[in-house]
Amino acid sequence: MMEITEGSHAVAEAVRLSRPQVVSAYPITPQTHIVEALADFVANGTLDAEYLTVDSELSALSACVGASAAGSRTYSATTSQGLMLMAEVCYNASGMRLPIVMSIANRALGAPLSIWNDQQDSIAMRDCGWLQFYAEDNQEATDLHFLAYKVAEDATIQLPAFVCFDGFILSHTYEPIDMLTQEQVDRYLPAFNPAEKLDAKDPMSFGMYATPDYYMEFRYEMDEAQKRAKGVIAKYGKEFGTLFGRDYSALVEGYLLEDAETAIIAMGSICGTVKDAIDEMRASGKKVGLLRIRVFRPFPSQEIAKVLSHVKRVAVLDKNISLGAKGATAIEVRDAMYGSTIPVKGYVLGLGGRDIRKKDIKEIVSLCENGVGDQFYGLRKELI
Amino acid sequence: MAEKKNTCDLFDCGHRACGGCGEALAARLVMQAAGTETIVVNATGCMEVFSTPYPETAWKVPWIHSLFENAAAVASGIEASLKKQGRKEKVVIMAGDGATFDIGMICISGAFERGHDFAYICYDNEAYMNTGIQRSGATPYDASTTTSPAGKCSFGNKLPKKDMPAILAAHGAPYVATASVAYPADLMQKVEKAINTPGPCYVQVHVPCCTGWGFEGEQTVAIAKLAIETGLWVNFEMVDGKVTKVKKVVRKPVTEYLKTQKRFRHLLKPKLQETEIAAIQAIADRNAEKYGLDIKLPPKKG
Ligand SMILES: Cc1ncc(C[n+]2csc(CCOP(=O)(O)OP(=O)(O)O)c2C)c(N)n1
Ligand code: SF4
Ligand SMILES: [Mg+2]
Repeated sequence: MMEITEGSHAVAEAVRLSRPQVVSAYPITPQTHIVEALADFVANGTLDAEYLTVDSELSALSACVGASAAGSRTYSATTSQGLMLMAEVCYNASGMRLPIVMSIANRALGAPLSIWNDQQDSIAMRDCGWLQFYAEDNQEATDLHFLAYKVAEDATIQLPAFVCFDGFILSHTYEPIDMLTQEQVDRYLPAFNPAEKLDAKDPMSFGMYATPDYYMEFRYEMDEAQKRAKGVIAKYGKEFGTLFGRDYSALVEGYLLEDAETAIIAMGSICGTVKDAIDEMRASGKKVGLLRIRVFRPFPSQEIAKVLSHVKRVAVLDKNISLGAKGATAIEVRDAMYGSTIPVKGYVLGLGGRDIRKKDIKEIVSLCENGVGDQFYGLRKELI
Repeated sequence: MAEKKNTCDLFDCGHRACGGCGEALAARLVMQAAGTETIVVNATGCMEVFSTPYPETAWKVPWIHSLFENAAAVASGIEASLKKQGRKEKVVIMAGDGATFDIGMICISGAFERGHDFAYICYDNEAYMNTGIQRSGATPYDASTTTSPAGKCSFGNKLPKKDMPAILAAHGAPYVATASVAYPADLMQKVEKAINTPGPCYVQVHVPCCTGWGFEGEQTVAIAKLAIETGLWVNFEMVDGKVTKVKKVVRKPVTEYLKTQKRFRHLLKPKLQETEIAAIQAIADRNAEKYGLDIKLPPKKG
């Protein structure tokens, strides 16, 4: 059923429909509307979950670790500083192969303090073993939660997942959403039933320590699970499409890419602006296309290399920067294109909520055509 | 009550603790009291390391170790999950003094405030032993550790031991107790009470560490006993914030305890540091007064 809903509320509704048994989160702008909505559901009996009002993000995710290990479907949500406070627990949860799902309402990191959007927070956690999904709009932000649970809990994966959607730009925006019914979600997402859990009937030790003789294989197994996730996402993304008409099987999505000479690569809500800019550039004869990355972990290297094989140049937009290096997507796309002669240029933009307009996208395409890139875009020169 | 058949070895032999390790002894006693229907949450520290070198484990109950500082929060999640599933296992946290007094405070405060049903057992060996004997908020005054070493300008740890039981009692914990490996029956009774009292309960167990304190492994129990007999460790129970039971003693001078351990050796050799020893004696005297420790002997007939 179509409803005009705020992004955060739509996400909260998707979480409710996913029937988590333990919800544990700590408020932080711009994630707050999600956790407030969930508290409201519990207070009004529409969500039958233990809702823990914890002392910090450290406790929020730690409680999810305990609850997930004990056999419950768990949910948390955070952003920015909160995610950094969870960093140690993030590594721990994936190491124990606990399929926790957490929404990230992407926000910049301090200092200086900023509550506005970029994607530095989840990108900073790219090595921690969690799957990472990025939504372009609120319909996708909503649907990706069902997919995330289904993939994370699959017996061959057992990894936690971030569902990332841009803070304020999506979280606080009202859009029409086709919300699934409980019956539809139940058909798609079975109850959580892990093969191994903390259970007095079958005692097991979780989170032991490993000597150099054993440690590497744990990391290898996690990496293998990440790689397997590509196929599992394809399978369950397709099933979602068959059942509900929106297909999420692809890790990357092309827009007017088939005949493109310049390919733009981007993630998240910026892609809407990019598509509009592309339409205008195409109208004036420029063959530009977009490759949108929906899944950043596992990183779709082969998929990217394959669909870009025919383009003349690639412009990668990063709302993050690995300081002292480049934007994370640019680095990884270059790795994906290793051996190809197609130039890949990176542009770091939109940090701390700086606006990105169609004209900026057009200007970046011009820069790329002239071989200029690997730089910040949109700096206020008078401040430097 | 938890089922107790075949429980002697719920914390099994074969672990890698030093011979005479107080916290290994405590683990055995706690598990004997807790029984099979228990889920253990262990903080990082000596116990976690010596009991679970993958692929071996000393634990015959479900056991989880997450991090150094988050055991109380992990336990909260487990308890919430069990509640939701209608399961009856009891949740027992096992955490060192460092994990409890210092780095775990935020998670502990939140979990006790929320009132989860668990028993929090702090095994207190009065320093960070796993990382090489650094001071913690539980290290006693003047103990020499690797981060509070005695030296030409120092008598060791400058700070008094933090009053963790009072902090948790102030959170409204229904049952708070201290215990010692020197008194196993008392320790086990207290653990049982902590497990069977609904809500977050706390038991702080004195567990001498031969390696960190500097004594021979066979002295563990004797030294734990001396701590009580000198009034430097007090065994008590608090119910709803009120002290209800105290182990009284005929007190010995604190030097009887100090002289058994290398961590206090600088107070006795090369010369007796009388001012410092008087300060430590004053700590014992204050304990005696606060808890009414002294057994009044009948006057000697002459
Ligand atoms: C966040 C973090 N900081 C520091 C450490 C290093 N560390 C591991 S165990 C430990 C000390 C443990 O002390 P305690 O809790 O008293 O247990 P014990 O080893 O004495 O039994 C420290 C400092 C860690 N594992 N994690
Ligand atoms: S160092 Fe101390 S606490 Fe650690 S195993 Fe040895 S005796 Fe036990
Ligand atoms: Mg210790």
